[in-house]
Amino acid sequence: MTTPLLSLRGLTKAYPGVVANDDVSLEIGPGEIHALLGENGAGKSTLVKMIYGLVKPDSGTMEFKGASFAPQDPRTARASGVGMVFQHFSLFDALTVAENIALGMENAPAMGQLAARIREVSQSYGLPLAPDRTVGDLSAGERQRVEIIRCLLQDPKLLIMDEPTSVLTPQEVAILFETLNKLQSEGTSILYISHKLEEIRTLCDSATILRLGKVVGTCVPAQTSARDMAEMMVGTALKTPQRSGTQVGEVILELDKLSLPPANDFGMPLRAISLNLRKGEVLGIGGVAGNGQDELLGALSGETTVGNGMITYKGQDLSSLGPNERRAIGLLSAPEERLGHAAAPDMSLVENAMLTGATREGLEKGGMLDWAAARKFADRIITAFDVRTPSAANAARSLSGGNLQKFVIGREVLQRPNVLVVNQPTWGVDASAAAAIRQALLDLAMGGAAVIVISQDLDELMEVSDRFAALNEGRLSPPRPAAGLTVDEIGLMMGGAHGLEAAHV
Amino acid sequence: MIRLEKRPQPSRTYALATPVLAVLATMFFGGVLFAILGKDPVQSIITIFWEPLFGEFSFYYRPQLLVKGAPLVLIAIGLALGFKAGIWNIGAEGQYIMGAIFGAGMGLAFYPTESVFIFPLMILAGAFGGWLWATIPAVLKVKFGTNEILVSLMLVYVAEQLLASVSLGLLKNPEGFGFPGSRNLQQYASAHNAELITGSGMHWGVVAAFIAVIFAYVLLARHRLGFAIRVTGEAPRAARFSGVNPARLILFCLGISGMLAGLAGMFEAAGPAGQITIDFNVGYGFTAIIVAFLGRLHPIGILLAGLLMALTYIGGDIAQSQLQLPAAAIQVFQGMLLFFLLAFDLLTNYHLRIGNTEVTP
Repeated sequence: MTTPLLSLRGLTKAYPGVVANDDVSLEIGPGEIHALLGENGAGKSTLVKMIYGLVKPDSGTMEFKGASFAPQDPRTARASGVGMVFQHFSLFDALTVAENIALGMENAPAMGQLAARIREVSQSYGLPLAPDRTVGDLSAGERQRVEIIRCLLQDPKLLIMDEPTSVLTPQEVAILFETLNKLQSEGTSILYISHKLEEIRTLCDSATILRLGKVVGTCVPAQTSARDMAEMMVGTALKTPQRSGTQVGEVILELDKLSLPPANDFGMPLRAISLNLRKGEVLGIGGVAGNGQDELLGALSGETTVGNGMITYKGQDLSSLGPNERRAIGLLSAPEERLGHAAAPDMSLVENAMLTGATREGLEKGGMLDWAAARKFADRIITAFDVRTPSAANAARSLSGGNLQKFVIGREVLQRPNVLVVNQPTWGVDASAAAAIRQALLDLAMGGAAVIVISQDLDELMEVSDRFAALNEGRLSPPRPAAGLTVDEIGLMMGGAHGLEAAHV
Repeated sequence: MIRLEKRPQPSRTYALATPVLAVLATMFFGGVLFAILGKDPVQSIITIFWEPLFGEFSFYYRPQLLVKGAPLVLIAIGLALGFKAGIWNIGAEGQYIMGAIFGAGMGLAFYPTESVFIFPLMILAGAFGGWLWATIPAVLKVKFGTNEILVSLMLVYVAEQLLASVSLGLLKNPEGFGFPGSRNLQQYASAHNAELITGSGMHWGVVAAFIAVIFAYVLLARHRLGFAIRVTGEAPRAARFSGVNPARLILFCLGISGMLAGLAGMFEAAGPAGQITIDFNVGYGFTAIIVAFLGRLHPIGILLAGLLMALTYIGGDIAQSQLQLPAAAIQVFQGMLLFFLLAFDLLTNYHLRIGNTEVTP
């Protein structure tokens, strides 16, 4: 047996009130792609931050290339050969690719030399990228390439990737996987964090599963079913959302060439979106982030006003109605951004229940607010959607992301909408809570409501949708029945690899 | 190393304690300032805070507390409604002047007719003057996206020029021997905002201030509009999502704060000041900004803060005359109050950590 490249023994890290990592041990061999699996809050981030020198462990040891390893900061970690690609990019929009990369380097070479190096690396790893392009013009997939190339220029022995595919189309994912496989064949090890189980099954050699900070199992992903891995992550048997014979009724919401100019210089316009939504159906809208999802939700919720006749609800033109008037007739929505958009962070859950519930729940009479009724409504949401909070008086920002999401979705679902529009309904929510939210959406549809689910999670969309459409550059592809759609077809609806093919390696 | 760590939710204890801490810190550092100026610090602080309330001449100073506190509270209540929504009316001083000009102008237009309708008409005119002056920045902001801070502030100086103009022209007392000011409304019974109980300092402006406190309290705690104001200040996008129309809210908040400032100006002109003069305004509109923040933008807090501020005004005057403290030192002292309040405010939302601990994720 060869010496592992990286071995962690008994790593423990506690924060006030929570043990983020408890006696975590794992080994990664040279040239191994190792998956780190776990729900939100399982301790994946803390663990990789310790490896990358951002956080110091309370106890336990690390060995890298056979020698003791205790990086003081990311710079030492990089110098030893650990690279990391974060989920959120740290790039300057106004600078070029080469300038951005130079900014992150210890001793950046002259710009011309660096550009040549970038071209060389990008070609040899099949990551097409022009060094002189401005980052602001790049797609999410291309931005990720900038981050990856930035790491590769340092010639890492271990590359840590945090949820790399969450911003990619299936075609872009394929390009990324080719790159990772090439790196692997050259002996680079990869620590791959994800909760997308099918990806892990195709890509990774081994997997370590974390739950509540502890290692709960290891497995060979290719030989383990996605369901088994999910159940190890969650610790209980998972319920797949169920639906029984949906009766699709008449058209309730109609969009006719819905168009909207961009809100600002970096905004995305909506371009002639047309669709018919029927009672009892779930329409899934996919697409890479930033292709008009927020804008579409805003136009439907009434936050932005659109031209006459572009949105019709039960034959009524909605264009001049504001959010509350739309709520009154049964068109409800839940935006993606929980803190600051769907909920006011510093306000209590009672106040946040009032935020959208005032009209339909009768929490307001003649302008005067009935706080006792709002409190009851908030308590009902908390009970029905299993929101974990000490009380409804707690501030929204004190809840974990998943709990607040349950609250935000529950608040709209409990108001008995006729049409509900949700954007990223299970983003950052653990698997069992996500299943509960999806079930609630399906139940709504079964009760005769129409639901639009905007999401970047294709598995989720395939699970809940009757029909599927994709947003790309503010355009909506014609909706197609979801059953029988292949990943390739979906990818093409989403805009393929945004006009880029994998360079031939 | 000192580090700040965000609290999971704002601390109620600190939200209530910071004004007290700020007053104590101001007393201490104010004392240091007075000591550097060669005055007895303890004596100075006692003069400012104790003399007006319990000193030998408190029978004179106590009513002054209401006279000076009322306009501050009235203006600050209006400002706080806007500030809570992130709408910054800095020009209350100008709206105060316009309220005084409109109110006094209305009264003088009827001179020397006596009628019970004159005073109510003056109240309406004063409110209208202040509302008009505040609606200018509101409309410009809604229509053209101008900055209400700059526009409302610049309109203060326009209002001062108008004040000078009417004092020397339109409203000038024809029997005033060339003095730049209007007739004395205290000598015009129908227009006089007299004390309701002699020697108490209680005039209609004080009543209006109390009504404004109650009105604002109910509005913020119980009414949809008050809720809209609070959500807009906390999270503008969430407010829009909940159905708040930002343009209407701007017009309302600036309008009502202008109206209250105008009322304060009118009550002052018809009561304690008695007339419009070229130097009629003494900075209530600006001091009210401090009062609004010192009172945590909360109606009850503003009531207390207004009285405290009035106390430092009166005590400051006493200290000037008895201890020969320079007026500038008193102003620095009042400024300290806002400075320390904002500084201690940080503790409401943050823990202070001392020591070199590592960064948490």
